[in-house]
Amino acid sequence: MTASIATNQTILVVGGGISGMTAALEAAECGKQVILVEKTPVLGGRTARLYRYFPKMCHPTCGLEINLRRIKQNRNVRLMTMTEVTAVSGSRGNYSVTLKVAPRFVNENCTACGKCAEAVSAEVPNPWNYGLDKLKAAYLPHNMAYPQRYVIDASIVGTPEGEKAKAACPSGAVDLEMKEESVTLQVGALVWATGWRPYDAAKIQPYGYGRFKNVITSLEFERLADPQGPTGGKILRPGDGKEAKNVAFIQCAGSRDENHLRHCSRICCMASLKQTQYVREAFGDAGKSTVYYIDIRAIDRFEDFYQMVQKDATVGFVKSKVARIAENAENGNPVLHGVDTEGYHRYATEHDLVVLAVGMEPEITGVILPDDVILDSSNFIEGSKDQGMFGAGAAASPLDVNRAVQSATAASLRAIQVIRKTASTEAV
Amino acid sequence: MTINQNAANQAAVERYRNNFLKEVEANVEEGHMVKMCMQCGVCAGSCPLGNAWEHSPQKIFMMIRAGKRAEVLGSDSMFMCTSCYNCMVRCPRQLPITHIMHGLANYAHRLGLAPKGQPTRDFATLFWNNAIKRGRVNELMLTLRHYFRGGLVSGIKEAMGMQSIGLGLLLAKRLNPMEIFGGHGVKDLKGFHAIIAKAKEIEDRKKGFTA
Repeated sequence: MTASIATNQTILVVGGGISGMTAALEAAECGKQVILVEKTPVLGGRTARLYRYFPKMCHPTCGLEINLRRIKQNRNVRLMTMTEVTAVSGSRGNYSVTLKVAPRFVNENCTACGKCAEAVSAEVPNPWNYGLDKLKAAYLPHNMAYPQRYVIDASIVGTPEGEKAKAACPSGAVDLEMKEESVTLQVGALVWATGWRPYDAAKIQPYGYGRFKNVITSLEFERLADPQGPTGGKILRPGDGKEAKNVAFIQCAGSRDENHLRHCSRICCMASLKQTQYVREAFGDAGKSTVYYIDIRAIDRFEDFYQMVQKDATVGFVKSKVARIAENAENGNPVLHGVDTEGYHRYATEHDLVVLAVGMEPEITGVILPDDVILDSSNFIEGSKDQGMFGAGAAASPLDVNRAVQSATAASLRAIQVIRKTASTEAV
Repeated sequence: MTINQNAANQAAVERYRNNFLKEVEANVEEGHMVKMCMQCGVCAGSCPLGNAWEHSPQKIFMMIRAGKRAEVLGSDSMFMCTSCYNCMVRCPRQLPITHIMHGLANYAHRLGLAPKGQPTRDFATLFWNNAIKRGRVNELMLTLRHYFRGGLVSGIKEAMGMQSIGLGLLLAKRLNPMEIFGGHGVKDLKGFHAIIAKAKEIEDRKKGFTA
């Protein structure tokens, strides 16, 4: 691709989730030039993979649609998908950023007609459903995908499958000759909106994630409840496809634990309370949810949501961090072992499905960032020494969507200040 | 309870009044970490012998904070710990649970409040007295004392039951019958006893057992 025209008056936003989109739009709508880079082929990040938001229980598609329309309408935002930052040099007001652009193998002629997907038979694990199902190797990530452009998976390029996709395309959009590119840009300020990822639940050995099929993460549960998900919105457990009417939610799966994540991930209590309502939605009074918790942290204004769920007769609460999970070999049911804090009763309780409310780990954990970036003890971004780079949203702190948007707006304002100061210094 | 123990116990009660947590913090190994417990229950649920004893570590820590001095120091739970360390490696707050349990057992024992006739406590006492006598463990005497702790009849019964193992050890030269006459000791026995006495003096001072 041709190098974008960028100057030290440009803001680079890294990450195209809800925080990155917000940060980019807020600056662009103030008339600033913004380049928004995203690692995956689509915008929306983890927000696009949620079924409903708390506390209003509305669908994320609604909020995303508004933001996508703002992006389409705004000429100041330049979007680069499948792009990663590989190096940053320079300082506040004058950074030089190197980007790596992975090939999509589909150019802008794509009309999203879907003929390539029909032609191809190879399949790849579906990252938008956390690998719970498979996707054709020529795919549109999901219905809300922006840009609405197909992707040819690199695994079929150079194979007869790739040629089939190319032959099927009526618009000549499939370009199997695309190569990885490196682009260098000059920018004035950076917003790191790199987001979060679920903590690797397999590391919490006593819970048996990965060993027991009916132990899943809260994010996988979102996909089960979603009509766009692998089960078409039916809550069927992965072990045997049986309806999971008796669901256990385990809080602090990884969070508030010196052996795993030392911080409280803040959102998980509300996420589980929300998910108990998915069970109710699916099965009515026949559903049963049990929340195992240390203490419920319904952050900020959400205490009323907690009280609403407490009144729900299908939802039970057990004050205890589950010590370990075993599996009933006969029916595949997970059995939860522990001691509850209210009375110190030892329990061994069987459920159809266990949902681990996994903690938020910064996506940049394990990534080498510029020396200047300051991280806290959990790898959340606090800012940079020269105050020209900012963390936004879940990259800066474990936040829900609402607070991530606030955080991104704040980061955007700080980036605008850097640009303004750079401009006035140059004018002198 | 000896007079010395009783005095120490009275002094501790007087000094810490209703704040048993402070007493534990000052006198029990790693006691200052008790307040870090957030009552999640992972230790209690992870203990392989958890259903065999009355008070799990979680419960003991809450009892300490609730000021239940007599119940905690009279509990046999600390003596039931097998030091498997499962609770300690799983504790989300990294409390040294095993060490605290041992520290509590030691403190209760020294105050003479630990349960009488508790087998682990009795054997530990037996072992200690045996070992410091000559600086080396006299295994024959330790075994005999242990077998005959309940009297002559039960001792003979227990010894007869272990006969084949004893003979095997004898043939393999792992058990010397001559040890019955006192056994071998360390070279500088006087020096060894001086070390133990000094160590006891330091510990007594640290834990408030000196009058």
